Amino acid sequence: MTNHRVSYTLDSTLETVDSAERTATRIASETGFDDDEVMRIAMAVREAAVNAVLHGNAYDPGKKVVLAFERIGQDLVITIRDQGKGMDLNKIPDPLAPENLLKTSGRGIFLIRSFMDEVQIHPSQAGTEIKLIKHVHGPSGGGKEASQ
Amino acid sequence: MSMKANSRQVDGVTIVDCSGRITLGEGSVILKDAVRELLSKGQKKILLNLGDVSYIDSSGIGELVSAFTTVRNQGGDLKLLNLTKKVHDLLQITKLYTVFDVKDDEATAVKSFK
Repeated sequence: MTNHRVSYTLDSTLETVDSAERTATRIASETGFDDDEVMRIAMAVREAAVNAVLHGNAYDPGKKVVLAFERIGQDLVITIRDQGKGMDLNKIPDPLAPENLLKTSGRGIFLIRSFMDEVQIHPSQAGTEIKLIKHVHGPSGGGKEASQ
Repeated sequence: MSMKANSRQVDGVTIVDCSGRITLGEGSVILKDAVRELLSKGQKKILLNLGDVSYIDSSGIGELVSAFTTVRNQGGDLKLLNLTKKVHDLLQITKLYTVFDVKDDEATAVKSFK
């Protein structure tokens, strides 16, 4: 992927989740990441798409998910934006807390943070935008959060 | 590849051979239905063979947890067999590796059920 931006406007459906994952796999591969990193990036995108479709847009057919990929310098920057009420950052649980280990949900954001180098979450009344950043060269993994 | 779950009996233990992807939607539903059906038939010693599971997302992880707690709550036990590296790593980072009883040999796993 050269230094340009590709963007997709997608329906709030389960097919969008699968499509987002497939597209992320293709673009991450084209960017030159190895198979393990491609899997991590694709999974992070899938989880972000799940959040956008289910929790953000709540399957509302009138609301869209925008997925964008951009190469900025040495970073692959992936943005997923929904049109929901805006994620409440205070309600994101710690899935590693003993009391949450056996919960059946609440691991999506944790996995995203685990698999990407930087994660920025920007909730607003117009929806939530989550930005996933993976360094093409340099340190990988570690899941460090840049800002929110 | 869609998710498949086929069960067989070995010495009183039901082994569910899973393959494909356990993800939000069909994959998670198939796993849930398979475990529910076994419990309805009184089969409470369940060994999930995940050797051919290529991918699990957070929904699939949640379904594994749900299956585990549901079986335990009914007095049974659910264990995992033959994790791929991807699934193993996922259970490690989510700290669920210590929750599940994970086996890598079928005969040993079957014997471990009381």
